[in-house]
Amino acid sequence: MTMAFARIQWPERVLAGDVVKVRLLVQHPMDTGYLQDLLGKLVPRNVIQSLTCTWGQQEVFRVEPSSGISANPLFEFFVRADQTSEMHVEWTDDRGVKGSLRQMLPVLPKSSP
Amino acid sequence: MSAAGCVRTVIKLSWPVFMVLAWWGVSGYADAHTPAPPARSLPLSQLKSGLHFAGKDVQALQADEFANPAQLWLSQGSQAWTQPSAANGKSCASCHGAVATSMKGVATRYPAIDAASGRLFNLEDRINQCTTRHQQAPAFTPESDALLGLSLLVTQASKGMPLRVDISGAARGHWQAGATLFSQRQGQMNLSCAQCHDQNFGQRLYTDPLSQGQPNGYPVYRLEWQKPGSLERRLRSCYAGIRAEIPPWGALEMRQLALYLMWRGEGLPIEVPAVRK
Amino acid sequence: MKWPTLTRREGLRQALRAGLYGAAVQLWPSQAQDMASGQLLSVAKMIEPLTQGARVLEQDVKWVAPVLADNGTLVPVTVQVQSPMTPQDHVTHVYLLSQRNPVTRMAVFHLGPWNGRAEVSTRLRLAGTQQVVALARLSNGEFRYGQMEIIVTESACVDAS
Repeated sequence: MTMAFARIQWPERVLAGDVVKVRLLVQHPMDTGYLQDLLGKLVPRNVIQSLTCTWGQQEVFRVEPSSGISANPLFEFFVRADQTSEMHVEWTDDRGVKGSLRQMLPVLPKSSP
Repeated sequence: MSAAGCVRTVIKLSWPVFMVLAWWGVSGYADAHTPAPPARSLPLSQLKSGLHFAGKDVQALQADEFANPAQLWLSQGSQAWTQPSAANGKSCASCHGAVATSMKGVATRYPAIDAASGRLFNLEDRINQCTTRHQQAPAFTPESDALLGLSLLVTQASKGMPLRVDISGAARGHWQAGATLFSQRQGQMNLSCAQCHDQNFGQRLYTDPLSQGQPNGYPVYRLEWQKPGSLERRLRSCYAGIRAEIPPWGALEMRQLALYLMWRGEGLPIEVPAVRK
Repeated sequence: MKWPTLTRREGLRQALRAGLYGAAVQLWPSQAQDMASGQLLSVAKMIEPLTQGARVLEQDVKWVAPVLADNGTLVPVTVQVQSPMTPQDHVTHVYLLSQRNPVTRMAVFHLGPWNGRAEVSTRLRLAGTQQVVALARLSNGEFRYGQMEIIVTESACVDAS
C-alpha cells in the first residue's frame, strides 16, 4: 500500500514570538461506512482516529476527527513560534494504519531585520 | 449609343453579374478543396468553463494552491513520474525528461488517434500504452490513484493552454459519432446532453445551476466523489444521471463523446487541478 | 424544452422547507445503512454529555462558515474562540458537534497556551441542513459555545457514481 501523501504550510518568514497559522492537508478517504462502492458493496468505516503535531519536543496540536470530517482532511491551527525545529505530524486510522510527515520549520530570531 | 446610355447599360448588367459572383462565393464551389468546419450549436464566444457556474466555496477551493485536495494526487503523480519500472528500470522521466517541458500542450489535444494502432486514445489510454509498451509494466486500473496522479501531472504541463483537438482525417468519423451521441435522447429520462448543456445552461435544476458540461477541468476533484476522477468517469456519471445504460470502462463511445466535447469547448483554458461539485 | 427558472431566494426557501426531505433524498444512493438520520438533536442534547453540569455560556465562540453550502461532503469552516491563551486562562478543547449527522461529535481539537490563538479550521461533512455547535472547554472547567445554521443543498442530478 502506498503511503498517504500529506503537506504542511507555514508562513515564509516567521520570527520568534509570532503566532502563526499552520495548514495541514492529509490524503485519506475518511470512509463513513454508510456508502457503497461502484460495485454496490458497502465500504466499511475507516477514518483518521487521531492526528498529532509535535514541534520539537512539544505536542502543539491534536485532533480526533470522525466521519463528520471530509475526505482528504484539512486542519488549520495556530502556534506560537519559538525556535527552528522539526514539525512531526503523525496520524492513525481505524485500521491502525499510521502516516507521518516531518518538516523543518525555520524560525528567525526576534530581532531579525 | 450615348454615354449616358452606356452607363445605364453597365449598371443594368452589373446587378446580374454581381449575383453570379455572389452565388459563386456562397456556393463554396470556389473552395471545394477545404471542407467547411462543422457548425457549432454553442458559439465559441459563448463558451464558459464549469468554474463559472460553480459556487463560491468550490471556486475558492480550486484557487487554493495548498488546500486543493487534488494537490495530494499531483504529489503522487510527481513521484510516479520518476519511479523506475520493476521490469526494465525505466521511468517516465527516462524517456520524457522533465514533465513540464516534454508534456506541454499534450492534454489540449486528447482524445487523439494513435498512429500505431489507429484507435482513438484518451490521455489515460496513452499513459497506459507507455506503461505497458515502454516500461513493461501492467496497465493502471481505471481511476486508480496512480493513474489519476500521472494524468493530473501531465495535464498540469498544459495549465492555462487552450483546448485544441484535431478532428481532421481519421478523427472526423469519431467526432461525428460523438456529435450524434451528444444530441441524441437516451435513458429512462429520454434526455440528450444538448437539452441541458446547450439549451439550458445557466438555468437551475431545483437549486442546482446547469453548466455547459465543458471538459477543460479534467481530471477533476469532484466533491461528490471525494477524490479526483477522469472525464470518462464523469461521462459515465452523466449516463447514470439520466438513467441510461452505462457503457463499460474503455468504451469507444466515451472517447468519441470526449472528442466532441473537447472540440465543442475549443479555446477554453485547461484548469488544473480543477474542483467541481 | 424550457426549464422553469428559480431565483436564489425561492431556491433557498424551497431548500429550507425540503430540509428533511432533502436528507432522505441524499440517503437514497447509499442504501445499505442504518443512520438514525432525520432526527434533529436539541442544542442541550448535543452539549450536555460533554459539559455534564459545568457552567456553560453561549458566547465567545464564533463560526465562520457558509450559510449555504455547495455540497454536504465538504463544508469549509473556521471556529474562533475568544481567549487570552495564557497558561492560566486558555482553551483546552474545541468540540464540533452536529445536530443531524449520525455521529454527533464531528471532531475534537486539543489546544493549549502554546497555540497562542484558539482558532481552528477544517472541512465538515454535513448530512443535510442543520445547526452546528462549537463547544469550547476552558482551563477553568467552564464551557463556552456558539452555534450556526448551515443550509446544505443537494445535487439535482443524483448519479452516485
